[in-house]
Amino acid sequence: MSGPYVAPLAARQLVVEVGGRRVIDGLDLNVAAGECLGILGRNGAGKSTLLTTLAGLRPPAQGEVLLAGTPYPQLNPRAAALQRGWLGQFQQDPFGASVLETALAGRHPHLGRWDWESAADGAKVREALSLLGLAGMEQRQVHTLSGGERQRLALATLLVQAPGVYLLDEPLSHLDLNHQMAVLRLFSQLAHTQGAAVVMVLHEPALAHRFCDRALLIHGDGRCVQGTADETLTAAKLSELYAYRLRQISDGDQRCFIPE
Amino acid sequence: MPSPRRAALILVLLALLVLLSIVLALLVGSLQVTPAELWAAVTGSASGSGGLVLELRLPRALAAFACGALLALAGALMQVLLRNPLADPYVLGISGGAGVGAMSGLFFGLSLWAVDALAFAGALLAMLTVFGLARGDGSWTQTRLLLTGVIVAAGCGALIALMLSLAEDGRVHGMLFWLMGDLGQTFIWWPAMLVLVVALLCSLPFARELNLLARGLLQAQAFGVAVGRLRFIVYVLASLATAAAVTTAGSIGFVGLVVPHLVRLAIGNDQRVLLPGAALAGGALLVLADTAARTLIAPQQLPVGVLTALIGVPVFLFLLARQPR
Repeated sequence: MSGPYVAPLAARQLVVEVGGRRVIDGLDLNVAAGECLGILGRNGAGKSTLLTTLAGLRPPAQGEVLLAGTPYPQLNPRAAALQRGWLGQFQQDPFGASVLETALAGRHPHLGRWDWESAADGAKVREALSLLGLAGMEQRQVHTLSGGERQRLALATLLVQAPGVYLLDEPLSHLDLNHQMAVLRLFSQLAHTQGAAVVMVLHEPALAHRFCDRALLIHGDGRCVQGTADETLTAAKLSELYAYRLRQISDGDQRCFIPE
Repeated sequence: MPSPRRAALILVLLALLVLLSIVLALLVGSLQVTPAELWAAVTGSASGSGGLVLELRLPRALAAFACGALLALAGALMQVLLRNPLADPYVLGISGGAGVGAMSGLFFGLSLWAVDALAFAGALLAMLTVFGLARGDGSWTQTRLLLTGVIVAAGCGALIALMLSLAEDGRVHGMLFWLMGDLGQTFIWWPAMLVLVVALLCSLPFARELNLLARGLLQAQAFGVAVGRLRFIVYVLASLATAAAVTTAGSIGFVGLVVPHLVRLAIGNDQRVLLPGAALAGGALLVLADTAARTLIAPQQLPVGVLTALIGVPVFLFLLARQPR
C-alpha cells in the first residue's frame, strides 16, 4: 500500500442550493474509512439535500463530490452503487412486494444484466434481516409492515447492498428506543470494526454525540460548522444551531441536552 | 419473486394458452371446420374449407394476438414509468393522437391504408408533443408527464368529438367502430407482430432495473440504475407499442390496464416475468374476445373493444375494491 490516502467520500468547495437559496456554501468535507459523521440542523436547513448531493443523486450547484477520489460524473450509476448506499426519508412501494424481494433490490449492482438472484444472495438478505430484527418475515408483504418495520427493511436492504460508504437520512425515524439504539450500534460498528464510512442525519444531539466521531452542523444560510463530536456538540453551538437555548448535562463521557 | 424455473413454467403455460386461443379462433365461426380439417390445412396436405379458414381467420387471429400483447406490454411499462397502478397505454394521449389521425382520414373518406398511416402519424405526433411539453423544464417528473398526457388526450378527445358531430351519416358508423376498437378491417398482422418482438427484446434486458424504478427515481439511481436513460427507453417503447396496436385495431380499451394487474395478482410484480407474461396473457385475451365479437351475434360483428371493456370494467372494479391501502 502506498500513495496518498484517498478518503472514501469527499466534497470540494461544495455549493448546494434549494429553491434558489444557498444552503451550503463552499463546504470542504472528508469522511474517512472507519468514521461516523453526524449531520445536524433545523428543518429545511438543507440536510437531506446535502445528503442526496453527497450520494451523487443530485448535481451540486458548484464544486464536486468525490467517491474514493473519483467525481460522480465520471462514475456510472452501477459503479457508484457498489461504493455508496443511500437511505432516503421516504420508502415508496406503489406495487406490492414481499420483504424478501424488497431487500434483494440491494443486490442489483452486484448482478449482471441477465443474472437471477442466487441462493447466496438470499442468504445475505436473511442475514441482514436478522441483524435488524426482521428474521422470519421474508414472505410478508411490505404494505403490511409498520412504519418502524418498513424503516428497518430499508436499512436491511442497504446492508444487502454492502457499500463502503453509507449515507443515512434520518435512520432513526419511526423506530422505537430499543431499535434506535440497535441501529446506531450496528452502523457505528460497521464503521469502527469493518472500516465503513457512515454519514447520518440525526435530530438527537445526545445520540449523535454518543455514536458519531465527528459532527457537521448546518445552519441553513450557507454556514457550516464541523469538528469532533466533543467540540461541536456543545450547549452553546447547539443553542445557536436550533435557535433554542439548551442546557448540557454530563454523565461520564456522555452528554445530554435539555431544552430550557 | 419466482425462481427462474417457476418463471419459465408460467411463461410456457401462458404460451400454451395463446396457442389454444388461436386454435379456437380458427375453428369457430360462420363456416364450421373440424379440427381434422384444420390440421390437414396446417400440414398442407389438403385444401378446401380448412385452407380457407387458415387464409381468412389466421391473419385476424394473429393481429388480435399482436395487438393484445402490445397493449398489455405497453400498459405494464406505463404503470412502472408513471409508478401508478392506474396508468394504461392510453393515459399519455397516444391513442388520442392516433384517433384524431384516423378520424380525419375516415372523415374525408380516405382509403383504409391512408387511415392507418394517419393514425400512426397522429400517435407519433402525440408522443412527441407530450414528451416535448413534459420535458419543457428538463425535469419531466411523473406528475408533469401524466398531466401533460391527460391534457393532450383531452384535447384529442375534443377534436374527435368535433369530427364525429360534423361527419356524414354514412361515415359515422365506421368512425365509431374504429374508436371502440375493431379487428374486422384488419388483415395485415405482421407490422404489429414485428413491433411486439422488438418491444419485448428491447424491454426485457431492463426488466430488473424496472423493478427498482417502481420504487422511486432517487432510490433506483441509488441502487445503480441509469434512471434518465431507462425512463426514456421505456417511454419510447411503450409509446411505439401503443401506436402500433392502435394503428392496427383502433383503441381497444382495458386490455392494457387490466391484464398487467391480473398477471401481477397471479405471479407478482417481478418485471422479468410480468412483461412477457402480460404480453402473452393480453394476446390470448384479445384473440378470445375477438372470436366472441365475431360469433356472438353472427353474422353481425361487434367491435371487440366493447367486449374487452364489458369484461374489463367489472374485473378492474373488483381488483380496485380488494386492493389493500
